[in-house]
Amino acid sequence: MIITEILSYPFLVRALLVGILVSVSASLLGVSLVLRRFSMIGDGLSHVGFGALGVAAFLSLPPMAVTVPVVIAAAVVLLHLSSRRKGGGDSAIALISSSALAIGVIAVSAAGVNTDLNAFLFGSILSVSRSDAVVSLLISAVTLFSYSVFYHQIYATTFDPAFATATGIKTERYTALLSLLTALVIVVGMRILGSLLISSLIIFPSAVAMKLGKSYLSVSLIAAAESLIAFVLGFVSSYVFSLPTGASIVLVHLIIFALSVCLRHSIIVFRSHREMI
Amino acid sequence: MILIEGKDITLGYEGQGIISGLSFSVEDGDYLCIVGENGSGKSTFVKTVLGLVEPLKGTISYRGGLKKNEIGYLPQQSGIQRDFPSSVLEVVLSGCLNRRKRLFGYTADEKKKALLELERLGMNRERNASFQELSGGQQQRVLLARALMATEKLIFLDEPVTGLDPKTSSELYEIVDELNRGGITIMMVTHDIHPALNDARTILHLSQGRYFFGSKEEYFRSDLGRMFMKEAGHDHH
Repeated sequence: MIITEILSYPFLVRALLVGILVSVSASLLGVSLVLRRFSMIGDGLSHVGFGALGVAAFLSLPPMAVTVPVVIAAAVVLLHLSSRRKGGGDSAIALISSSALAIGVIAVSAAGVNTDLNAFLFGSILSVSRSDAVVSLLISAVTLFSYSVFYHQIYATTFDPAFATATGIKTERYTALLSLLTALVIVVGMRILGSLLISSLIIFPSAVAMKLGKSYLSVSLIAAAESLIAFVLGFVSSYVFSLPTGASIVLVHLIIFALSVCLRHSIIVFRSHREMI
Repeated sequence: MILIEGKDITLGYEGQGIISGLSFSVEDGDYLCIVGENGSGKSTFVKTVLGLVEPLKGTISYRGGLKKNEIGYLPQQSGIQRDFPSSVLEVVLSGCLNRRKRLFGYTADEKKKALLELERLGMNRERNASFQELSGGQQQRVLLARALMATEKLIFLDEPVTGLDPKTSSELYEIVDELNRGGITIMMVTHDIHPALNDARTILHLSQGRYFFGSKEEYFRSDLGRMFMKEAGHDHH
């Protein structure tokens, strides 16, 4: 069996475990981010993360120590810009992400041939080291824990911020929590999917879930399940067919999304058909 | 018994006063309509009463056991996303988040109360329906049920009939009036003269730099009141 074969390699097991946890964390955050029209923030942050990685490589600093604070700072700035309706959050994100990409590319090329640009851009899950795995597991655990503890507050803040604030919920606090967790998950996820593909982990699961689920709870659960299935399928097929892991995972997401669109459509057709009879 | 009292308040943005010297009070069981043109400070008034912004001058006090975050608020519809996936019950339950004791989930009592509120507003059958698939009038009923989860004392409605057709609007006014007759204090911001004419007991009219606060009867005799009625096409003189 392919599965037992994969499970016999410790580095593959490590990658699988880290990937599953990061995927599920990203999918849950994604539901709230997409609903608040913040989904582009994930994209922007991953590019900032790339820039930070490039600079870290150029200065020979430990990558995580540079990336984590930079991406958190960027998350705070981007959320602040996007919350102001008139501020033109979209263009601010585009400006920041392309500038960060440019800085990253220049830093990487200046750092010399030792740096693997490809791994930065498209990820390299198989190079997940033991310490990477520990950090990723910690961050995923924190994300899943705070998401489930503050689930109802995050729901209320996302659904109707005006009402939530009026009834004494500190909405800014939960928005800040959301951006902090997003920043952390993106930094960790970039190791797997690379900075160009990581935003798919945030957007695809909730896009699928919103086609199928009716309640917030069902959307959250479907998103988590979809991210898990897509990661495992993508991971296994990349092993079987020797394809790039990150890209395979994104393709599986795309296929599931297409299926969910078809399913949604047939449900609507079926319903209207039944109503006609 | 007075629930909310404002004394000598100056309302405004970023140091710019819109109205000063505003005093008003909301009695237990009152039905207060807040009317006025756009830009007269209605939305600033809402934010100030809800405690989201501080008045530039003066004080607002909450009495009779009413706490600041115990106001059942029905925000303007524009704030809510149309395509948000949420069941009706989830929306209603979120009304009692402010006094949650438990870390995970809602208590059985809270769920029971949510179902009762839905029944009171005639939305019991739709409890598991998707909020986004309801009609505008049904959505407002669900949001009223959510407001009732937050408090049984005072409901504050901000332009509740925006975007509703006349029939649905008058149905909503009927529900609000019924709640008021059942003992719930109502504050309603509106640009619609009809609830002021029919159901309200007290009127607060905000106008450029001046205001009227008093009973409906006094209002109709006042200059501001007569002007407002004339503009709304209810001038019988």
